[in-house]
Order: sequence, then structure tokens, then C-alpha cells
Amino acid sequence: MQEAACMAALQRLQPVSHVAVSGGTHGNEMSGIYLVKHWLREPSALQRDSFSATPFLANPLAIERCVRYVGRDLNRTFTKQFLNSKAAWDEPYEVQRAREINQLYGPKGSAQAFDFLFELHNTTANVGACLIASVQDNLLPMHLCHFIQTHCTLGHYPILLYNLPDQEAYSISSVAKHGLAFELGPQPQGVLRADLLTQMGALVACALDFIDLFNKGTTFPAFETEAYRFIGSVDYPRHPDGELCASVHSKLQDKDFLPLRPGDPIFQTFSGEEILYQGHATIYPVFINEAAYYEKKIAFNKTEKCSLSIPALQRE
Amino acid sequence: MLNEFQQSLKLLNRMTSCSVVLGAPVRRVAIFGGTHGNELSGVFLVKHWQKNGAEIQRSGLQVTPFITNPRAVKKCTRYIDCDLNRVFDPDNLGRKVMEDIPYEVRKAQEINNLFGPKGSDVAYDLIFDLHNTTSNMGGTLILENSGNDFIIQMFHYIKNALAPESCPVFLIEHPNLKYATTRSIAKHPVGVEVGPQPQGVLRADILDKMRKIIKHGLDFVRIFNEGEEFPPCTIEVYRIIEKVDYPRNKNDEIIAIIHPCLQDQDWQPLNKGDPVFLTCDGETIAYEGDSTVYPTFVNEAAYYEKKQAFVKTVKVKLTAKGLRSSSS
Repeated sequence: MQEAACMAALQRLQPVSHVAVSGGTHGNEMSGIYLVKHWLREPSALQRDSFSATPFLANPLAIERCVRYVGRDLNRTFTKQFLNSKAAWDEPYEVQRAREINQLYGPKGSAQAFDFLFELHNTTANVGACLIASVQDNLLPMHLCHFIQTHCTLGHYPILLYNLPDQEAYSISSVAKHGLAFELGPQPQGVLRADLLTQMGALVACALDFIDLFNKGTTFPAFETEAYRFIGSVDYPRHPDGELCASVHSKLQDKDFLPLRPGDPIFQTFSGEEILYQGHATIYPVFINEAAYYEKKIAFNKTEKCSLSIPALQRE
Repeated sequence: MLNEFQQSLKLLNRMTSCSVVLGAPVRRVAIFGGTHGNELSGVFLVKHWQKNGAEIQRSGLQVTPFITNPRAVKKCTRYIDCDLNRVFDPDNLGRKVMEDIPYEVRKAQEINNLFGPKGSDVAYDLIFDLHNTTSNMGGTLILENSGNDFIIQMFHYIKNALAPESCPVFLIEHPNLKYATTRSIAKHPVGVEVGPQPQGVLRADILDKMRKIIKHGLDFVRIFNEGEEFPPCTIEVYRIIEKVDYPRNKNDEIIAIIHPCLQDQDWQPLNKGDPVFLTCDGETIAYEGDSTVYPTFVNEAAYYEKKQAFVKTVKVKLTAKGLRSSSS
């Protein structure tokens, strides 16, 4: 009861003046790379009355080679363990790059850190235009998601809460005070599709409009929303030697964010057998058949639907 | 005029000729996967058939599934040093093996020793090479030589078996564009290109499409070896004309991408004035050519570095003579 009352009260946050937009955290996710390169040449699209967002390419070496990463996944490297590590000659390129980014846009958890950092991603999975936030930081990003859902007309924008409640945030946007990732798919690695590019550009424009309104004192009323919360992942069936012995079932392929019920088919083996989902509850799979997750041993991520009550928001 | 007349005469001759070509039986067949290590349908089909090959065995022929670029497969990348599917030319196949020779050239020589030598009597009779593309090409068959009656008959058979699903045939014969493909070491080289599928992804529907093409291809070989006579046939193919690059600035950076109206429209007619590219500033670049072309390999991931946004083709008809195996 007390909690509900507290939730309903207007919350205040400091204005957002330092904003960055990162592309190419993964060097083969082309929409963000292409947009950021364009904005570096012509920054006017990122200017608003109350601030100008700074575009930057997060992993230039991976971009040059058109690969996800060179030494290790940059977007799993923004944890204390790596950010506080001492430079070593044999460390992966991305560890050094994570420290650099932390210096430029962080330091993570400090007062000097950027106020907001957007990350632009693509996936081979059919997630549409997915908005990914961390469980821990949800007031300003959730208002932003809600603003996008009500103002951006190009599609449907599911919200995904990516980390477990007790897990340290590890993505690039976690170096700033607030962050949000735009994950657009399906798009193959190394390919630029005009439809997704247009949609990603519109999303960033809409997000910057929101921040400008927030800075100018607009009150954003309380609301209820639905989000998908990450609860775990499922690996492919494998032979004893580690080789896959099945692919994602054709009935599950492309069905991101749709309910998967116990007994529904999830894999089909190369010999033609079906493997069914054995869980006890309905879940909502996401990142189904993402190219980069084969090596992470993830055929899809499991999420559950949750409702969030977000209190009203205004700047201090 | 005379030329045209002679050609029609030739064609007429071909059509009315009741002669049947006697083809040597096709006994040794290989199925290549992983020529590009991140095109996963072929990789996983070949690995599956290596563990359990009953599905690809046919009486009267020996079928060998083979991974051609194992290091690229392991790394899930297209290639290690250079594109394996472009180095089966006499220069590379004849290169002295030295320390600094690219991995794929060394591999090409090995493959040529196992399944070739290219152009020799002892080369494999038939090689299917399995590929995927990020382009919306469906299940495409690739033909290297417009005069190969055996393959045209096989493609005719596969197309009929798959109907009503379409199975386009892409003819890569061209006076200047030389591919030097992996499969070209066989007497009868067949490329199988199925898409759209992202690199590093395995889709059940695409796998199934590729599997069916191979099934019907092998069935054709078995029937041919058993002595069936195939009457003359005509198929429609798309012949390569030229490759088209992305518009670029002076730093060689791409400044326009495939227009949404062209994206996923492989094999569909492109006419003068139709949109082709979209610039960063939102401007449309239209197709300027006077004649209708049929684009394919539209927005293939691996072709950005080859400076190729799509390939222009034209439709032509190919006729094969009647065919029967010489052994029966």
C-alpha cells in the first residue's frame, strides 16, 4: 500500500545535457554504423534546443573488418572487472577500448558520466524494433520507451529488460547515468537494409525529441506498461562432440515475442525429429536464431511478461 | 542479319534433330559444403550426411559429402585468406606450395587433387556446391556453361519436380567475368544457392529447400544411369550481364544503399526509371538503362567488399538435346 502510494508520486530527475549515440559496438551490425558515420559528417540531425547528442563509433577495428568483435564481445566488457583492470600487452582489444569509452563517456557510476547513452544494434532475429533497458535503471528510459510507443508510428516497440536483478549491467550504455539500446531486426550481419535504417533513424530522432521536452520541463504522467523480462536462455541440442544436431524449428523461427507454450515444437533435428518445449509455463522467446549467439550457446532467450507501474516524471 | 539467320537455322536444326546425345554415365558425385564457412545450410547438411549418408546414396553411383574449407567453417567466416570459390584457375592451381601461399589456394590444390584434376578424364563426374546468400534468391541453380546438355536436362528435371515452387537458373557464362569456382573441377559443375539466410544462421526452411534440390538432382542421376531417355527440353535461365556497385564518395565509402523498392526483389524485372538506390539524404537513384533487366544477388553481405550491390541478368532460353546414358 505504502509502495503504491510512493510510486504514484511525481519523480524528479536532473536535466539531460550530455547525450551520446553509439554505433558499431558490434562491427557487423550495419544500421548503427551507417547512421553514426552519416551523423559524424552531418551532425545537425542530432541537435535539439537544449542539447546536442554526440555520435561515436564504439569498435572501429571490428567495423573495419566487418566482424562482431576482434578479441572479445565489447558489449559484455563494461563491468568493474574490466573497466578497473590495468592495461596488459596481451589483453583483448575490446578491454582497452572499453576503458577508453569509460573515460570518454563515464566513468561508470560517477557524477561526470554522460547523462544518456544510446546504443544501436541489429539482430538476425525477427524482434522488430525492440527497446532494451536494464532492470536497474528504469524511470527515465521507461518514460522514453513509452514516448516512443505513443509517438513513433513506424512499428511496434516491445520493451525488453535484459539483465537479471542481481546482475551487474555490462553493456556500453551502462557507463552513462541512463541508457537504452535500440535492437532492430531481422537484418543479416554485414547487410544494410533501407527499411531498418529508416526506422532506426526515426527512433533516434523521436528519443532526442523526448529528451528535449523533458529538459524543457514537460511533465510526463504516470503510466502502466508491459515489458518482457529476461529469465534465461536455451541452447541448441548438440552431439557429444559439441556439434549442433538440430536447428530452430520452422514453427518457432521468426516468432520472437510470441507465446511459447509447454509442448510447442522448438527444434527439429537433421534426421527429422521434433523437440518440444518442456517448461511448465508459457514464455516469450526472443533473439531466436541470432547469428552471434551460436557461440554463446543460445538458441533463444526466454522472457516472461511483466507489468510495470511507472510514476510521473519531471525535471528538477 | 545473316548472323541472325544462321542462328535461327542452328536453333531450328537443334529443335528438329531427332538425334539423342549419348552421355557417359555419372558415377562419381561429390557434394561440397562450407566453401564459404558462414553459409550454414551446406555446412550442416554435409556434416549430417557424413554421419548418416543413407539419404544421399543412390544405386549405381558413389556420392561423397565433403567440407571444402574446414578452417573457415570452424571460425564461421567466409574465408581465411581469400575467397576459395574464386581460385580454381590454372594460375592458382599450379602455384608452388610455399610458406606464404594463402590457405585457400593450398586448400584448392588439395581439393583439385582429390576431386579433379580440373579438365582431366579422372575428374569427378558431378559436383554440387552448396551455398547460401543473404539475397532473396530462393532456391537457385547455377549453371556455368550454356552448352552442357546433361546439366540443362538435370535442371529441367529439378524444376519440374519442385513446381509450383520456382527454381531459377542463373547462368554465369560471360566473356570477361570469370569465376573459377570450386565445383569447376568436375565434368559437370552445379552450384546451389539458397536464400535469404544471414551468414552464420541456419534456417530450417532454407535447409529444407536445399535438401530437396539435392534429392531431385541425385534422383535424376540415378534415372539417367539406369538408361532413361530424356527428350529435348528448353529451360528459361537468367544470364549474367554485369555487376553494379554501390554509389561511393571519394573515400570509397558507400553513400547510398539498396532502395526498399529493389530490396528482396531478386529475379523481378527492373525497368528504366525504377528506384535502385537510396542516399543518406533520402534521395532516390533510378535505373537508367533502356532495356529491362532482372537483378539478382541484391544486397548480398559478402559482396560489399567485392563492390557489388547487385548483378544484372537477362532472361534467355536454353535448349538441350535429347539425352541418354551411353552405357545402356
